[in-house]
Amino acid sequence: MSDATTLERTPKGPTMKTTSPDFVSTTNACKLCTPLGASIVFRGIEDAIPFLHGSQGCATYMRRYIISHFREPMDIASSSLGEKQAIYGGGPNLKQGILNVMKKYEAKMVGIATTCLTETIGDDVAMLLHEFKQEFGDLELPDLVHVSTPSYSGSHMEGFQAAVKAVCDQMPLPVTAENPRHAGVNLLPGFVSPEDIRNAKDIFERFNLPVTILPDYSETLDGEILDDYQKLPPGGTPRTSLKAMGAARATVEFGATLHPDQSGAAVLQDKFGVPAHRLPTPIGLRASDAFFHTLQEIAGQPMPLRYARERGRYLDALVDGHKYISGKRAVVYGEEELVVGLTGLLAEIGIIPVLVASGGNSGLLKEKIAAVCGDLLRELPDVRPNIDFFEIEHETKALQPDLILGNSKGHRIARDAGAPLVRVGFPIHDRFGAARMPHLFYTGTQSLFDRIVNAIIEKRQADNPLGWSYV
Amino acid sequence: MTDHATPITPVIFEERADQIHVTGPATGAGETGAASAFDLACNRPSLAGAVSQRACTFCGSRVVLYPIADALHLVHGPIGCAAYTWDIRGAMSSGPELHRLSFSTDLQERDVIFGGETKLYKALVELIDRHQPKAAFVYSTCIVGIIGDDIQAVCKKVSEEKSLPVLPVQSEGFKGNKRAGYEAACKAMAQLAGTADVSDVSPLSINILGDFNLAGEIWVIRDYYERMGLQVVATITGDGRVDAIRRCHGAALNLVQCNGATQPFAKLMQEKYGQPYLRVSYFGIEDMAQALYDVAEFFKDKDPAIMDRARAIVAEEVGALLPKLREFRRDLEGKKAAIYVGGAFKAFSLIKAFRHLGMQVALVGSQTGTKEDYEELAAICDPGTIIVDDSNPLELSAFIKEKDVDIFVGGVKERPIAYKLGIGFCDHNHERKECLEGFVGMYNFALEVHRTVTSPVWRFMPRRAAKAAAIANCTEATI
Repeated sequence: MSDATTLERTPKGPTMKTTSPDFVSTTNACKLCTPLGASIVFRGIEDAIPFLHGSQGCATYMRRYIISHFREPMDIASSSLGEKQAIYGGGPNLKQGILNVMKKYEAKMVGIATTCLTETIGDDVAMLLHEFKQEFGDLELPDLVHVSTPSYSGSHMEGFQAAVKAVCDQMPLPVTAENPRHAGVNLLPGFVSPEDIRNAKDIFERFNLPVTILPDYSETLDGEILDDYQKLPPGGTPRTSLKAMGAARATVEFGATLHPDQSGAAVLQDKFGVPAHRLPTPIGLRASDAFFHTLQEIAGQPMPLRYARERGRYLDALVDGHKYISGKRAVVYGEEELVVGLTGLLAEIGIIPVLVASGGNSGLLKEKIAAVCGDLLRELPDVRPNIDFFEIEHETKALQPDLILGNSKGHRIARDAGAPLVRVGFPIHDRFGAARMPHLFYTGTQSLFDRIVNAIIEKRQADNPLGWSYV
Repeated sequence: MTDHATPITPVIFEERADQIHVTGPATGAGETGAASAFDLACNRPSLAGAVSQRACTFCGSRVVLYPIADALHLVHGPIGCAAYTWDIRGAMSSGPELHRLSFSTDLQERDVIFGGETKLYKALVELIDRHQPKAAFVYSTCIVGIIGDDIQAVCKKVSEEKSLPVLPVQSEGFKGNKRAGYEAACKAMAQLAGTADVSDVSPLSINILGDFNLAGEIWVIRDYYERMGLQVVATITGDGRVDAIRRCHGAALNLVQCNGATQPFAKLMQEKYGQPYLRVSYFGIEDMAQALYDVAEFFKDKDPAIMDRARAIVAEEVGALLPKLREFRRDLEGKKAAIYVGGAFKAFSLIKAFRHLGMQVALVGSQTGTKEDYEELAAICDPGTIIVDDSNPLELSAFIKEKDVDIFVGGVKERPIAYKLGIGFCDHNHERKECLEGFVGMYNFALEVHRTVTSPVWRFMPRRAAKAAAIANCTEATI
């Protein structure tokens, strides 16, 4: 879908439509495919294994891609369909594959995501799983969660959200005497870093709120080195907690760019009556304020001193750092949810976002970008959903930004533009430590702010013939 | 460490027992792996749920063709197949870099329902107009095979309209393993060969096949052969060019490395043009030297001095290399290695290379080895070596523990297995950043092995620390 309408641009940025809006092909995609997102979600559940129903290559490619970002084992099982199964159906392979991961990985949950192959040949996974449960009812079966993720529909973010929603739909038990209402809160943070998840846990703990975070790959994709190889990495959302999600006090879900029909929180509300608090991902001051405000409401207690101080320190840093960055112009790209957060942050600190680009295409991006920065900028940035890196490159050349924010895939664009690239998002496979990078809440925002300011200072220092040592 | 008492090689997936073999009489292989008479099962579909390290047919085709730098490589399918193969391998080009872009028809639901031929046609036309490539390859993916797009017809049409070769690659992912993808790629590429003038090609000429110019490796190899007085007509496909491939049939000899990937091409060329080929490897000292001597031997009637020139190169390079290797060997002597690579052919060279460093290979496996490959491996491996086809993380981690190796040679998917077990790692796959071919490559390899194996970090890792503690306790108890 070509959405080429441009909003007003900053006067410095010459408008240059270098690429044809009616191109049907994609060059250097700014998105990945749906099953990848689903695989990451299933990796964030205790004793679960992601399982792709499709040909062997999908699982292997995604493993490689995810490993290069997290630098952790990422086993994704596959039903490894061949030509015969593509013609006669993949059911037998699916069942054999589940049996194998049950026995050999001792998986207690199998998260089954489809691929374009199995969607197109018309395998009915729900029915196949029903058959499987009947055929092997004598065995101790794992929980089986399935999600439809044809790669020709949406991006990895849609896959991620679909898997979260599937878990919210298929795992919780009805509220009964055995599964009574409890004081815990569900948190659906979206595709954030392991460090962000760890920070979220700390926050809920300080608010005295028991929390179930789905997914929780804070350990499974950023684990310790242990004395033996783990078939399934320790950690992940406890399955017992997933079963109790329907009985929680509330659900907090991050997702400014999430349609209600993609929302796990909405499912928990509609199906189990758990009140949904749907918020933008808390990147930047105002988005973080909104999050902490919601927590105070839910917990019925004031802001813990620790976070009041974090906020205060961040404000102090804003003052200390503002002159290095004020009026600088930035290009931002990545997942829609991420770029909304980053654009809000940039606008708050005095950097002018001139291009906001995403390979995603929720239809919400323009509206949400306007919401986070409309009152802070004289003119809105050029907002380009459904864009590829070929176009981002052309736009960037024309815009000559001072700074670029996004994942590793824009490295060459940044190098050619002579602008520093602050690496944020997924994938980061040309730098170290992506899993330990914070983005959310006051501390994550602070970290992003420091990195942005330092990127600008570093460039200025490197370009300066005097090479001053004080800045 | 002292020797283990008859280790039991774990069979994790019963269905795969015949894809695992332990060499020699020392370990009673009959009980565990394959039967003692060597008969390793291979080239069969991966077991569902086993988490094979293999990719798919599409991957095989993409690997082979992607380094052709002035061709348009259009992936006809949903976005993933193109996205995951965007510039993932450092195949270098001395000129154009069109191969580093990732082109996709980015099929959407409506294309799947109504067919993708129109979109493919439009995509080809717009991209050819934009980039003016010398040729275009169109890769078929799983879904295209199912919805039945006639990509042959679309390619033919665009080829006629735009007057350039537009070549379909029948690489539907589910059609087989990577090896099937090699075949499909070679078939597509063979359509280019024989379509240009070769009147100026020297009788002393070669094509270099099966090298992908990672970290500039093909330039090292090309330099050796040029120093021997040979004309290199085409490099296939590292630093590859369409026009060079079009005239590759004019060369007197094909040199084939990485036999899985480009041997089908060499065979096609032999059938069609009577062009002979030699299998070579540029890894390690012996194999690199042999690759020069074999070629000199082939051309010695046409150029009697060529063998002397080959010998001079080897003498000069090896003379400079050996003292440096001795330094590394002092630290590496007696250490153990595990190898798991895409094609088995590379493993032969690696085993020899490790011997130069005083190291023993205790585990060797590949994704796509053939029966012949594995027989040859079994013949050169030390007794007690585990040989495995199409393995997976559960097996590899178990084998590595059993053999207690110090380094694992593999690719990105194998790296976390090594690291979580607290052992060194060398990337010998297509994503490596170091030149590992030629005599200089042997030095780089030794350096990398040395750096990882001798790093102090391992001693702090729990598995090693626990073992050290156990040994200490044991000693105390004994005393």
